[in-house]
Amino acid sequence: MSAATLKHIRYVATENPVTLVAFLLFSGFVLLALFGPWIAPYDPLASNSGAALKPPSAAHWFGTDSLGRDILSRIIVAARLDFGIAVSAVAASFVIGAALGSLAGFYGGWADRIIGRIADTIMAFPLFVLAMGIVAALGNTVANIVIATAIINLPFYIRVARAEVNVRRGAGYVEAARLAGNSDLRVLAMHVFPNILPPIMVQISLNMGWAILNAAGLSFIGLGVRPPQAEWGIMVAEGATYIISGEWWVALFPGAVLMLAVFTFNLLGDGLRDIMDPRMRT
Amino acid sequence: MILKRLFGALPNIVGVVIVTFILTRALPGDPAAYFAGPAATTEAIEQVRASLGLDKTLAHQFVLYLKDLARGDLGNSLTTGQPVVTEIRQRLPASLELTFCGLLIAVVVAVPLGVLAATRPGTWVDHLCRLLATAGVSLPTFFTGLLLAYVFYFLLGLAPSPLGRIDVSFPPPPAVTGLYLVDSLLARDLESFRASARQLVLPALTMGLFVMAPLMRMTRASMLGVLSSEFIRTARASGLPRSQVLYAYAFRNALLPVVTTLGMVFSFLLGSNVLVEKVFAWPGIGSYVIEALVSSDYAPVQGFVLTMALLYVALNLAIDVMYVLIDPRVGIEG
Repeated sequence: MSAATLKHIRYVATENPVTLVAFLLFSGFVLLALFGPWIAPYDPLASNSGAALKPPSAAHWFGTDSLGRDILSRIIVAARLDFGIAVSAVAASFVIGAALGSLAGFYGGWADRIIGRIADTIMAFPLFVLAMGIVAALGNTVANIVIATAIINLPFYIRVARAEVNVRRGAGYVEAARLAGNSDLRVLAMHVFPNILPPIMVQISLNMGWAILNAAGLSFIGLGVRPPQAEWGIMVAEGATYIISGEWWVALFPGAVLMLAVFTFNLLGDGLRDIMDPRMRT
Repeated sequence: MILKRLFGALPNIVGVVIVTFILTRALPGDPAAYFAGPAATTEAIEQVRASLGLDKTLAHQFVLYLKDLARGDLGNSLTTGQPVVTEIRQRLPASLELTFCGLLIAVVVAVPLGVLAATRPGTWVDHLCRLLATAGVSLPTFFTGLLLAYVFYFLLGLAPSPLGRIDVSFPPPPAVTGLYLVDSLLARDLESFRASARQLVLPALTMGLFVMAPLMRMTRASMLGVLSSEFIRTARASGLPRSQVLYAYAFRNALLPVVTTLGMVFSFLLGSNVLVEKVFAWPGIGSYVIEALVSSDYAPVQGFVLTMALLYVALNLAIDVMYVLIDPRVGIEG
């Protein structure tokens, strides 16, 4: 990272303090995901029927659920699962989508048409509905939630990578690399690909929030994560029955944390976009 | 021109049908055993396998599948024993009513806010709109729904209990379109119109809040682009009143990209529909599919995915046609 980039980052952070806040929140969530089980004050699975449905107190900051489990501990421990699902899904769609998109953009012709058709077909579905269908067909497991989330995000990476590679394939440095005797694939991987990374990074950050939302939504309707495992979406679902009788804390805290996590990624994505390309700011 | 767009949607429909077919055949374990039910004997399973055509080649199975689709046969639900098509047709109006009311709320709020932000770029109004838009896409719909139900039903007592489409003391209006709001008006029954509208407000607002953000962002961005263009400068220089420049010239041109984003907005709406229906016990196809998922009843799930996808293709087509109608230039160039 050069001095100019650092200067630019400092400029963006001071110009838009929101990005700085987003980065701090993001670091906090990463810490929770890494060290959650050691930070949590109680065992997230230990039920205590004597302390069921207790409102927030000094002992239980976020209250307890219907089985007397500490909600704060469950939220902290769930961070790893929610982030794990989102990170692996986004990583999978990044690797596959960027590879397919680069090939389509670099070679054009048949490869482009077939890959474009795949992306169009996925996009022809309402994405959450397609994810539901995939999980229902493949089986109700966490791994399949990751696969479904990866598939529905694929078209976005294919499109970004295709467009970015396409405008660069005739660039001077590409011609130069080719004349120097590099093979097509080597030119694509070593010379073109590094240049399309910045716009894809922005896509990743914007996508992460959506992936978390998607995974939580699937487990909210009973797909993927099974009770008693702690996960934000399923905790909201467990609290849903109590909210209309006034036990608000069971659903509110996991829902609020989920929202904050998604919000963090969206802000971070916006901030990253400002760093990469100030003109694209909307 | 419009005909050409219709043909353009064909590959998407073909793709959708192929993917749903693959999903039918990718069921965990033996599909025949699933469709025969848990208590079936080996012979019964074999019989189901033959009747489903699962003993034939994949290509042959695909042809059979297409034939069933052409006859409008999506199989039967295991739990209710009813044909999936009938049940989806009965429940679809409820989902459509909810989806379109949500969209209406979002458009009514988001478009003016977007224009407001675009006319005052860089001010606190703009920053606030941007923050609200980011917060909006971060909201898990199921959570917003619960929150609204808690505040307006439990705390304030303003909304009716979040269960179903109409208060239990009212009979549903005579079915003409299946949309309660329209049906009750057709029957000139203002009481049941009010009752169903009261049930509808919270779920529709939940859906609206979720899609407001993309609409607002797009309105803002496209309005900003148009406002800095030359014909607006000319209009201003000619001394036209501010409101005329803004609404008659700028806004009409800024509308086109907003119409394009409607496609993505519908994808969000149809997806979140399922979650919102679960939260508000709304008897649409979303809650139908959740019941089916819980009892591992796959025919309704596949029927649902196919219906939603075809609906989405149709909506995108409608958006395309609308685009041609709004902007005559699209027709000339294409």
